[in-house]
Formats: sequence, C-alpha cells, structure tokens
Amino acid sequence: MSESVVDPEEVRHVADLARVDLDDDEVERFTEQFADILSYFETLDEVPETDREADLANVMRPDEAHDCLSQDEALENAPDSEAGHFKGPKVS
Amino acid sequence: MATEYNAYVTTESIESDADGPLAGRTVAVKDNISTEGVQTTCGSAMLEGYVPPYDATVVQRLKSAGATIPGKTNMDEFGMGTTTETSAYGPTENPAAPGHVPGGSSGGSAAVVAAGDADMALGTDTGGSIRCPAAFCGVVGIKPTYGLVSRYGLVAYANSLEQIGPIAPTVEEAAELLEVVAGPDDHDATTREHDGATDGLADAADGDVDGLSIGVPTELVEGADEEVVETFWDAIDELEAQGASYHEVDLPSVEHAVEAYYVIAMSEASSNLARFDGVRYGQSGGYESNWNESFANAREQGFGEEVKRRVLLGTYALSAGYHDKYYKKAQDARAWVKQDFDEALDEADVLASPTMPVPPMEMGESLDDPLTMYLADANTTPVNLANLPAISVPAGETEDGLPVGLQLVGPAFGEQTIIRAGSALA
Repeated sequence: MSESVVDPEEVRHVADLARVDLDDDEVERFTEQFADILSYFETLDEVPETDREADLANVMRPDEAHDCLSQDEALENAPDSEAGHFKGPKVS
Repeated sequence: MATEYNAYVTTESIESDADGPLAGRTVAVKDNISTEGVQTTCGSAMLEGYVPPYDATVVQRLKSAGATIPGKTNMDEFGMGTTTETSAYGPTENPAAPGHVPGGSSGGSAAVVAAGDADMALGTDTGGSIRCPAAFCGVVGIKPTYGLVSRYGLVAYANSLEQIGPIAPTVEEAAELLEVVAGPDDHDATTREHDGATDGLADAADGDVDGLSIGVPTELVEGADEEVVETFWDAIDELEAQGASYHEVDLPSVEHAVEAYYVIAMSEASSNLARFDGVRYGQSGGYESNWNESFANAREQGFGEEVKRRVLLGTYALSAGYHDKYYKKAQDARAWVKQDFDEALDEADVLASPTMPVPPMEMGESLDDPLTMYLADANTTPVNLANLPAISVPAGETEDGLPVGLQLVGPAFGEQTIIRAGSALA
C-alpha cells in the first residue's frame, strides 16, 4: 500500500498537467480519495499478461471533398471570435 | 414538458412528419447526443447554451423513422456517474422508487420511460449507463455490441467502450428502437455491417426460450445484496419453467473488471475532454492570462467534481512512469475478460446475472464516496470491456418495492438472442 500514498503536491502536479485549476478543498479531498482509488487500481498487478487477439481491419474511403460546416456555423458556439477566427488567449 | 422528477435538461420538442416505424411515438434523447439547433449540455455547466450545428446519426435516423423527440434527458455530467446526481442541472429522482436515484448515467432517459412521459428513449452505455438506470427504474435497456450503432454526434467520454442504445417499457419496443438506430455509418468507421444484428430485432422478441442454455457467472452473483440475489434466482426459475436450462460458470477475470474499466475509461476521458478549452465552444476561461492559465480556469469553472476527478486520475494513469503499471495492465485485463466471456459463451447461449449488485440507492447517499460508487458497476463494466451486447430486463422487486434488473449477455452481434431471451420476462 505504501506505493499509493498520494500527497497534495502530486495532486497539484497532475491538475497542472491536465490544465484544471483546483481550490484547496478539492486538493485535500482528492488527495485522500486518490490514495483509496489508486490502491484499488493496484490490484491490476495480479492480472496475467494476456495476448490481445484484436479482430481489426482498416476502414478506408476515397479522399474526396464533402460538404462541411460553414465558417459562420463553426464559430456559432465560440465564446468570442474576431474577423472570422476563434479568439483565444495569448499564446505565451 | 418538464417533469417533477427533473428528468429533462431541455424540453424543446423536435417534430418529424416522416411516415416511418416510429411515427406518432416519442423518443427522448440523452443530452450527450447532438441535436441540430437544440441545446446539448452533457449535463455539464461547461456546455450550457451549446447548440450543435449538426445532428448525430442516431437523431437523423429517429427523424427519418417519424419519431418526435420531446426533449433532452438529464444525465451524470459527461456520463460520469452511476446515479444521475453529478449533473450540473440537479439530480433526477427515480419515478419508480421515490426518494431513490434512477441510476446512471442515463437516469433521465430511464426515468421518463418509467413514468410514461416518453414512449422510449436513447441512452448511452460506457460501463453500464443504460443497463443500470433501466434496472433501477424497472424498464428495459439494451447495450448493443460495440460497432452496431453509430457514435457520430455523441460527445465522446470513452470511445473504445461506449455505445448508444434503447430504453423502453418492453423488450419488443426496445428492439424496435434499436432496429431504427442500428447499422453502419460512413461517419463512424467503428460501425460494422451485420445483417443478423440490424434486421428482425423486434420479431425476435417472441418470448421463446425453450432449449435456451443460460450460463450464470458465480462471481457476478455472490457479492450481490441478498434480496437482489433472491429476485435474480426467481427470474432464472421462471426462465427454467419456460424451457430454459442453466449452469454455473467461472469467470475469474471479472474480479479485475471494475479497476480495468475505470483505468481505461478515465484515461480515454482525460484525452477526450482536453477539447474543452473554452475557445471553440463552452465556458470561456477569459483572455487576460496566458493560454495554459485561461484553459485551466475554463475547466475549473466548467467541470464538476466527478469530471475533474476522472480527468486527473486518467492523466495520472497515462503519465510517464505509471503507464505500464495502470494502463497497460488494464488492457491485459480487458483481453482476459474478453477471452473469459468468449469461452463461457461457447458453452451457453447467454450469460445471466443481476444487472446491479444493489437496489437503487437513496438520493445523496453515494456522492461522498466515489470508490464505493465505482464498485456498484461490477456486473456491467465487464460487458463493455468485452465489446458484447447485453440487455437489462425487470426481474422483480425487493420487499420495499425497489426494482431489480436481470442482465443477459450474448455473443458479439447476438442481439437477437438476448432480445428473445429477455422477452420471456418483459
């Protein structure tokens, strides 16, 4: 069980990777819950290595142009747009 | 029309005057399935006010079949929950068991069918989200074989696991609805042509179980609530009385199904939900700070706690140093589960278990303990891992009048078999 000890810093680090801000209460709750959930996930250690007999086939189609959304339709749900483009925050 | 049990997020009606097999009937649609011109929220504040510019393939097929869509049904946020309590639009109450949850995540869809406010409904099932609410609300739900129904226009949670499927009062009606939405779609390359699973489904609901061989996986019965187990065996007795036979089977792999399911589903979710950046649609994170800060702010505001929990755990499971330990082992478990089911189905026509190991929980009871809620999916998640079809039919009630569901699992594209078997009970 020692492996699954999760500390608040680790929760903050993963939240940062996932681009999700958390408040302090959430960090505290998640730290406790993740320890339980991850130690449960660790029972996967008992699973034998298993061959995957996936029955897969490529699905191809001709590369042809089809109708698609107009620029206006594509922008309809954007919180903001400018000159026909999505408006986003600064890149750096 | 809004319901007193909060089953709809949106009640804007979509009419069709096509003369098809569903003319004159109402089919409610879960709110993670895109409807052109009608708000689609996935039960999330992130997508409040989001209006899709196109229809999901299944919605197009409903319209061509003449169905009227009375509204978009409430659900656990992005399908993440077993009780329909994680919705940003408030919980849905179970009309068949007041004070209790309707199950999830397609709780609104099962509730409107149970209350008779819609003739039928579409739900989605990633780890039990059609079968669980069908069982808790005392109605019928079918999770189709992976690849039978197009996912085009379904807002993705875990692509490799989820399917859209029907919820209805009877097996025959559920089969009718499945027949309308099933079949290949150029917009979803994971759909497959399979005549036996797309035609004659409603006709298969003839209740004939004479000679049917039922396997009962002991692992899926032993841990269940006592009254659920009694009700389950009563239903098996009834099938036996109609000419079916049963034998017990061992599926050792299913002991690991829930953890494998959650690792895979959360991993896929962390990737799928990365699209919600507050720029192209959804809750904006503002324009003052840099990209990463704005993105993280949009997601802090737009996502509820269960969604954050799963996105974070999925990110963790896929991160450097942990991928082999969690994700790779979960894929091994998935392959093992599939082998176990295929072998058991070589010796039986269907596999039967209680749909849910517990009767419907009281509202508010399970929100504080996510792991306990995940464990309630023990009997439904293995089926998604194995890509197989399954049906939940009402098996009876507990002494307190709480509905109990029976799950029947069939071979890939064996929809007719589970429909025929289920129709002997409902």
